[in-house]
Amino acid sequence: MVIPARTEDVREALCRFFQAMGADLPTPEMRFNVELVLAEVLNNIVEHGYRDQEGEIELVVTPAMDGLLFNVVDRGHPMPNETLPAGLLPRQGAVEDLPEGGFGWFLIRELSQDLEYRREAGRNLLSFRIMDKQPVQL
Amino acid sequence: MKFQSSRADGICIIKVDEHRIDAAGAIDFKEGVRTQLDGWEGRVVLDLSLVEFIDSSGLGAVVAVRKMLGAERNLELCNLSPPVEKVFRLTRMDRVFVIHPNRPEPLRDAV
Repeated sequence: MVIPARTEDVREALCRFFQAMGADLPTPEMRFNVELVLAEVLNNIVEHGYRDQEGEIELVVTPAMDGLLFNVVDRGHPMPNETLPAGLLPRQGAVEDLPEGGFGWFLIRELSQDLEYRREAGRNLLSFRIMDKQPVQL
Repeated sequence: MKFQSSRADGICIIKVDEHRIDAAGAIDFKEGVRTQLDGWEGRVVLDLSLVEFIDSSGLGAVVAVRKMLGAERNLELCNLSPPVEKVFRLTRMDRVFVIHPNRPEPLRDAV
């Protein structure tokens, strides 16, 4: 699907996606992981990649081993240093210093697998998998 | 962004009358709660029973409300649905708020 790079369109696309996908998401946990990771990935592109320009985001979802494979393409700015952010949880301090952002990449990394990014011919290519069941954390 | 709020016994309870607090609604949420709390000095409880989805921008907006109250007052949350509770837990922000499973007495029956 092709999504205009605006937060309202991301919300609408997520709602349409879940109406279409309903039966293919076997558990509420899978649905939660997919919805949150997609929201974070797409809104990140809207707010950073396309921060000063209009644009579109292409989203392709394919069934993959034990889950779903997501490919996301945009023509916005590259990631800083053409590298994915580390996604560390922001530090908690005094009330006035509490973080109001910086959770996005942490959540994406926490809930997805095989996250890969590359910049190619003016496009950002991001792919990741979300599994039916979270792998057991050792 | 719609809210239903009531004030009794020193507690202002604000029920968020929406299914999502997301990137598209985060600013409206922050401004809406600010309006609801205008001039209020007592305890503040956010009832999130209708909210089925929150993303990192929505979480940031709830943190902004927490900061709005200053160091003297905490922000209390109640009735978190499982997906909302999970976002607070994963990001460790459940430590920053007072989280009640249900509405604190004596507001159990209000709104």
